[in-house]
Amino acid sequence: MGAHQRGFHGDSVFRHHRVGTDGGAAPASRVSVETFVHEINWTALFIFLGLFAFISWLGFAAARWRKGDLDQLHEWGLGGRRFGTVITWFLVGGDIYTAYTFIAVPALAFGAGAVAFFAVPYTVMIYPLLFLVFRRLWHVCHKHGYITAGDFVRGRFGNRWLALAVTVTGILATMPYIALQLVGIQVVIGALGVSGSGLVGDIPLLAAFVVLAAFTYSSGLRAPASIAVVKDLLIYVTALAAVIVIPIQLGGFAKIFAAVPAKQLLLAPPGPHSTGSYSGYATLALGSALALFLYPHSLTGVLSASSGAAIRRNAAMLPGYTIMLGLLALFGFFVIAAGVDKLPQYAAGFQQFGSNFAVPALLLHSFPSWFVGIAFAAIGIGALVPAAIMSIAAANLYTRNIHREFINKNPTARQESRVAKLVSLGVKVGALVFILFVPTKFAIQLQLLGGIWIIQTLPAVMLGAYTRWFNGWALIAGWAVGIVAGTTMAFATGLTTTFPLVIGGYTFPGYTAVFTVLLNLFVAILLTPLMNGLGFRGAAADETAAADYTA
Amino acid sequence: MLFVLQFCVPLWPPLYNRAEPTLIGIPFFYWFQLLWVLISAVFTAIVYFATTE
Repeated sequence: MGAHQRGFHGDSVFRHHRVGTDGGAAPASRVSVETFVHEINWTALFIFLGLFAFISWLGFAAARWRKGDLDQLHEWGLGGRRFGTVITWFLVGGDIYTAYTFIAVPALAFGAGAVAFFAVPYTVMIYPLLFLVFRRLWHVCHKHGYITAGDFVRGRFGNRWLALAVTVTGILATMPYIALQLVGIQVVIGALGVSGSGLVGDIPLLAAFVVLAAFTYSSGLRAPASIAVVKDLLIYVTALAAVIVIPIQLGGFAKIFAAVPAKQLLLAPPGPHSTGSYSGYATLALGSALALFLYPHSLTGVLSASSGAAIRRNAAMLPGYTIMLGLLALFGFFVIAAGVDKLPQYAAGFQQFGSNFAVPALLLHSFPSWFVGIAFAAIGIGALVPAAIMSIAAANLYTRNIHREFINKNPTARQESRVAKLVSLGVKVGALVFILFVPTKFAIQLQLLGGIWIIQTLPAVMLGAYTRWFNGWALIAGWAVGIVAGTTMAFATGLTTTFPLVIGGYTFPGYTAVFTVLLNLFVAILLTPLMNGLGFRGAAADETAAADYTA
Repeated sequence: MLFVLQFCVPLWPPLYNRAEPTLIGIPFFYWFQLLWVLISAVFTAIVYFATTE
């Protein structure tokens, strides 16, 4: 979720708040490690470690599950496309609703209020897209053995440079997303009271990272798929218990919402000559929804399904996660009502992690230690699942659309999967180094840019699923214009998500990604007849046929 | 048609940006959007069964 962030999916909101309302005052992740004097919670830590050990074993054992030849890229990187409706549900759910979402969406509700709920309409809008567009993509990818969006674009438009643009965008947008998952683990480890100064304080994170890297390397997509099942059971137990128990402790929902400041409770009604927070809220939801399945890790989840019907069934079943996400967003208000942020024992945590500490503090405050252990394990494991899928997706992209296209044109299956395994390792090391040595704020800002970048692949990938009318070179031009305009607009607004577009004295604040993808589309439509006229046809013809897109 | 409705309602915040009526103490803004998730799941299921033999 991001955000779905969010996101983008859910995750994007966090940045909006962090960077927007906080004035970028987020403390660097390691600033006050020494001052973080929190008692180690042994019971919780013990249960946390026990659950972690269990899923580590599961991750390695997964290599033998629905066994396939892991020296084939589609076996390692797509689980052999053998996941049925239920496993796909867990896998795509693990993709969209990440640990960071669970931390950041309530944190946004806690800090900024109603706008955090945009994650709910956003995830409502993705399911018609999944049902209609991505079922078509699944069919064509299945038929032609495509593993990535780059493969599809290459086959559809016969233009390897367009495929390269899609690939590079995907990898760049994914990297900061992986880094943010590690932030999720950092927060719960800190909340367990494990701390230290300098690199010693980072040892727990390093340990979690080594486990993640090892089982992804050996088992491929089967590892996060099997762990996702455990993770979701833990998350559902935690969310349900919290949503029932905490309101009772606090004296009911009416009391909780009464504690929320009035101006945070609803969106601010827009002033004259502006669509105000309404257009901001709606475009944030729309743009995040459009961007979500363009992220490589979402497509990896979709393509690993065993049939188009499994995907359509999931479009009806995945809203189960949205309900949970909505309930989790309410956690932010529980925090306000419980006054956890004012209690001295959590002051250090809030100082170190900012509003990201809201959910862990609430759980520590409301539940016995053994349950805190389960809840924190749910969040920590919830970070490993998407991090694993993301690194696999990035590795698939590199292997297929950069290495095979430009470096080694005829790899054996074994060489291909070996490259992918090594790249997945490299991607994760990159994310880890980033989190350890760069302030968290930059990862958050980069992910914001990532959302604006990834949506620029929409004309080639999503519209490409319906039409080949576009000229490949015109799509590249549109993509470039979108990337440059989006990045410029993001910097012009101080790296916030919304840009106030002024047309004839009327202001439309909206999500930058939505504005720029429209511009991108406009350029692509304008240039297509021109490029065709100048003779810039794609090098190869469309290798897909209309019938490939349906069952 | 159902998909168009499912898609467009959340895009119009003035429709649901209000506190009343509340449901077990939850303002309209929150419970309506959660309810819409359930409605959209039902819509999707209807489309699924209508398009599957």
